[in-house]
Amino acid sequence: MLLKLTFNSLYARLLTVGMTVFAISLSLMLYMSVEKLRTSAYTSFTDTISQTDLIVGARTSSVQLLLYSVFRIGNATNNITWESYEDVINKKEVAWSVPISLGDSHKGFRVMGTNSEFFKRYKFRGGQSIELEEGNKLDDLYDVIIGAGVAEKLNYSVGTPLIVSHGLQSFSDHDDQPFKVSGILAKTGTPVDNTVIVSLEAIEAIHVDWSTGAKIPGQITPVEEIRQMDLSPKNITAALIGVNSKLQIFQLQRWINEYPEESLSSILPGVALQELWRIVGVIENLLLGISVTVIFTTLIGMTAIIFSSLNERRREMAIWRAMGASPKVVIGLLMLEAFIISVMSIIVSTVMLFLTLYVLQPWIDNTYGILVNIEMLAVKDIYIFMLFIIAASLVSLIPAIRAYWFSINDGMTIKI
Amino acid sequence: MEKSNLNEKTIQINSVKFHWSNKSKFKLHIPELSVDKGEKVLLLGESGSGKTTLLSLICGFLTPLSGKIQLNEKLINDLSATKRDQYRSDNIGIIFQQFNLLPYANVIDNILLPLYFSKLRSANISNQRETAISICKSLRLPEDVVNMKASELSVGQQQRVAVARALIGNPSLVIADEPTSSLDTDAQTIFLDLMFSQVASSNSTLLMVSHDKSLSSNFDRVIDMKNVSVKEQ
Repeated sequence: MLLKLTFNSLYARLLTVGMTVFAISLSLMLYMSVEKLRTSAYTSFTDTISQTDLIVGARTSSVQLLLYSVFRIGNATNNITWESYEDVINKKEVAWSVPISLGDSHKGFRVMGTNSEFFKRYKFRGGQSIELEEGNKLDDLYDVIIGAGVAEKLNYSVGTPLIVSHGLQSFSDHDDQPFKVSGILAKTGTPVDNTVIVSLEAIEAIHVDWSTGAKIPGQITPVEEIRQMDLSPKNITAALIGVNSKLQIFQLQRWINEYPEESLSSILPGVALQELWRIVGVIENLLLGISVTVIFTTLIGMTAIIFSSLNERRREMAIWRAMGASPKVVIGLLMLEAFIISVMSIIVSTVMLFLTLYVLQPWIDNTYGILVNIEMLAVKDIYIFMLFIIAASLVSLIPAIRAYWFSINDGMTIKI
Repeated sequence: MEKSNLNEKTIQINSVKFHWSNKSKFKLHIPELSVDKGEKVLLLGESGSGKTTLLSLICGFLTPLSGKIQLNEKLINDLSATKRDQYRSDNIGIIFQQFNLLPYANVIDNILLPLYFSKLRSANISNQRETAISICKSLRLPEDVVNMKASELSVGQQQRVAVARALIGNPSLVIADEPTSSLDTDAQTIFLDLMFSQVASSNSTLLMVSHDKSLSSNFDRVIDMKNVSVKEQ
């Protein structure tokens, strides 16, 4: 009967209660959205590269190696020689490898030289492979494959000619050797989207007339002649390595780090990603702070709403007391009300969140490269909801105790 | 006085003193007051004379600073707050001046509300809904009224529903705090007649507070607060 009457009481104040539920739902939805975005950003970030066991580069810090080899941020401190690379990949522990050569750019986008293994071995978002949206792979020396972001921002399509610039902010172009877009990759939400991919041989080819970072004056080798040359790479920037057995990772890592011929670094991508995330974790903490503030504000808001209705409900409390309800029952009624309001708010906010995500998911993915999964509530979410309900019920104790004192002091005399 | 039973007291008050901690000027001292079982008593008094405070003490909302309050020969001011609440629920039906009902509940739920808190009163009736409807009929409430929301009733109807609620489960004492003040003269007479007949059929004792002396003839006894309380400064 108490439950029925509590529902009736809430229903009788439909507009006020409805607005309260809506306000709390919005706050909860904001909290859940921030949480969802935070975890999705983290997942997208850590899923930038997966199933790669080691990244090898010249001796540097793990974060820097990760930044330039995976995120194309910053520059390599040095290259590694092809011989060193071959020594590494000839180790029996190595199952596969992908060489990467960086250094040039096209209209602000990084140019990356690699081989066909990259398309097979580079995995993201827990094992997804990169796929061609349209066009073909690198069949010709002067073919390029561009990421979805490059195609979109530069409005390129298959067949579009392009010139690679030397370095990252150089005014020197390799304009004597124009490239042509042979394929466009599907969107990945990773830095691959903003990468121009060429073959390792192409990187060698465009640097035929260059020496120590500068063009040799007056030397222009015809393209047809370059095509006949041995364009085997002499240096690379980094390499992605997969091992035969996970147990061999640390053994191989130690061997590479102690490689006597050249100073090399090898890093575990997962560990380096975590390390990097800790650096950018200030934003995560900020988002977490916003989430907690939102919840806190919501609870205060709900308490204020219950408080504001308290005075006009003193008569109602007096009736309950006259019927024999103890002050504890009066407290219980208000807490039950807070409980119902919080449960209703959770239901409404969850529905609103899923509807919003359903509408905005493609836009968030396309714009920010963050895949927000629309999935059932996680155990953590359920815990947070339970905590919210408990917190809401506890916070409602403040007006409930006030009602308790009203009900004790009012007796037969209601001071409204 | 014919209807009262002098041997059995429903209310027995001795040397009760009370004052509000925040109202230093107001002090209530009642040396002696008793109401017999089945008696219909009108408690008269001016505003501020302590009528409602006395009712709050009898109902167990308040406890006296000293003295004894006995209901049905049970000392209630020594009971714990929870037990006083239970005792009130089991033995007292209360009718307020106005706004007696939970506006969001229907009439039947309002009438049956005391039974939720009192197993004793609940045990006194076999079919709760039928009994509630029967009391409503006796109080000349329209048949369809039981399923209506309390807020949809007229003031007079609401007061009659309050009587039905106070009497359900036959409590030994009915306390009414100026229940006719919001009714016009004709409605007052009809209301009192209906209330008296129902109180009589329930064999309950009635203690009604009013400042309207013209109602005196309807009661077995009239108690004036001036005569039972001692002025203290």
